[in-house]
Amino acid sequence: MSQNTPSLYEQLGGQAAVDAAVDIFYRKVLGDDRISHFFEGVDMDQQAAKQKAFLTMAFGGPHHYTGLDMRRGHAHLVAKGLDDSHVDAVIENLGGTLRDLGVAEGLIAQVAAIAESTRADVLGR
Amino acid sequence: MAAIHYADQRFELEPGQSVLDGLTGQGVPVPSSCRAGVCQTCLMRSTEGTPPTAAQHGLKDSLKARNYFLACVCHPTQDLRVVLPDAEEDRQTATVRGLDLLGGGIMRVALECHAPLDYRPGQFINLFQGTGQVRSYSIASVPGLDDHIHLHVRRLAGGRVSGWVHGELRPGQTVTIQGPAGDCYYPSGTPGQPLLLIGTGSGLAPLYGIVRDALAQGHCGPIRLYHGSRAPEGLYLAEELRALAQRHAHFDYIPCLSGPDAPEGYAQGRVHEVALRDNPKLDGWRIFFCGHPEMVKLGKKKAFLAGAALRNIHADEFTVGPATEPGA
Ligand SMILES: Cc1cc2nc3c(=O)[nH]c(=O)nc-3n(C[C@H](O)[C@H](O)[C@H](O)COP(=O)(O)OP(=O)(O)OC[C@H]3O[C@@H](n4cnc5c(N)ncnc54)[C@H](O)[C@@H]3O)c2cc1C
Ligand code: FES
Repeated sequence: MSQNTPSLYEQLGGQAAVDAAVDIFYRKVLGDDRISHFFEGVDMDQQAAKQKAFLTMAFGGPHHYTGLDMRRGHAHLVAKGLDDSHVDAVIENLGGTLRDLGVAEGLIAQVAAIAESTRADVLGR
Repeated sequence: MAAIHYADQRFELEPGQSVLDGLTGQGVPVPSSCRAGVCQTCLMRSTEGTPPTAAQHGLKDSLKARNYFLACVCHPTQDLRVVLPDAEEDRQTATVRGLDLLGGGIMRVALECHAPLDYRPGQFINLFQGTGQVRSYSIASVPGLDDHIHLHVRRLAGGRVSGWVHGELRPGQTVTIQGPAGDCYYPSGTPGQPLLLIGTGSGLAPLYGIVRDALAQGHCGPIRLYHGSRAPEGLYLAEELRALAQRHAHFDYIPCLSGPDAPEGYAQGRVHEVALRDNPKLDGWRIFFCGHPEMVKLGKKKAFLAGAALRNIHADEFTVGPATEPGA
């Protein structure tokens, strides 16, 4: 990326955008019957912190995720039946969150593409 | 696996083992109570090596900066050299000034601290029983309104510390306390924000403190307190709360009974369900949950789905420790 083009993360609004998105996104995910059962019994504050890390990554921001982390972090969910349909649901909720925040479709597509790129690792393939 | 160095000895942790279990399993007397990273009884300090941030959740910044951590939730990835905090670090003594049965098996304990205790109503302190058992109790008193620190201790069948409080503690006796800790309290600065407070059993203790603190600080937004129990006897302080609601038009007290039928004057149903049924839209509200861990977990989630921001949800789960503690 050239020096004067703002990064995707900057265009979205950086850390402030992540802060604005995390409650909306987590609420959508928890309220989505297709995937809410994966979140049963987990500590909400810890889970919100994880959602924040995920959003930062999907927004193209600074993160420390590796493919291996993704595999390890989701292995217990894959064992519980996590599959493509659930990843689809998460990406859909991500798009819905950004739409709620009034983000342009072009940027939403870029975020969805980053989330999409983790699919194989998340599903342990 | 990481190793722990304590008092010139080396302790190898097994996979998944916490620092607390690793040490107490080998006979090191580290105090503990909730074993869930809440009560801060198992506070330790690392003098070499950085404890994981997950083991510092809820600690004051000044403690974090000095590498204090909670041993029961500490799963280190590097070797640590650890010490127990100086006994004086955050402990002090207090004299029991009053013991009053409030009904519902709840004893109000009034404590006079020997040094001023800087607390916010709704925070909790840890109470040490002479024999080394420690338990957390929330603070129901308000500085400026009450002379002493008030705790509401519910008697549990076979409970060691609550049994001791009810059966053996006497006015005039000296006890050791630690704290205060916790972020379940009324934050100043948003006097118009609607407040929803939901508690079961002795979970009323912090809420009783928070409500009176908010009123004393001139809170002008609506304040709604829902207190739940199985039977009417469990709804202690009901007269005081009804009188308070009479005096303040913006304060509502809703006693709830979870049993099959509720007499006149009570709402019927589980307390968090009644509260969320009455108040289905919680955008912009501040919400407090205290008491039964299941109720607190479910309530938090429902309040969040009803629109409350996570940073506006405060909660204390009154976790009760295991029946027998290893090494005790
Ligand atoms: C942050 C925090 C704040 C707290 N605030 C308060 C407070 O304000 N007031 C208060 O009373 N408590 C409060 N508690 C709980 C308190 O700390 C103790 O856990 C409680 O008093 C029991 O201690 P004990 O020594 O009497 O029981 P223990 O000797 O630890 O025995 C507990 C035993 O009782 C059994 N048990 C569990 N639940 C019940 C039940 N409902 N009836 C019968 N037996 C049961 C358990 O299986 C266990 O074997 C709080 C806890 C936390 C973590
Ligand atoms: S915080 Fe460790 S025992 Fe309670």
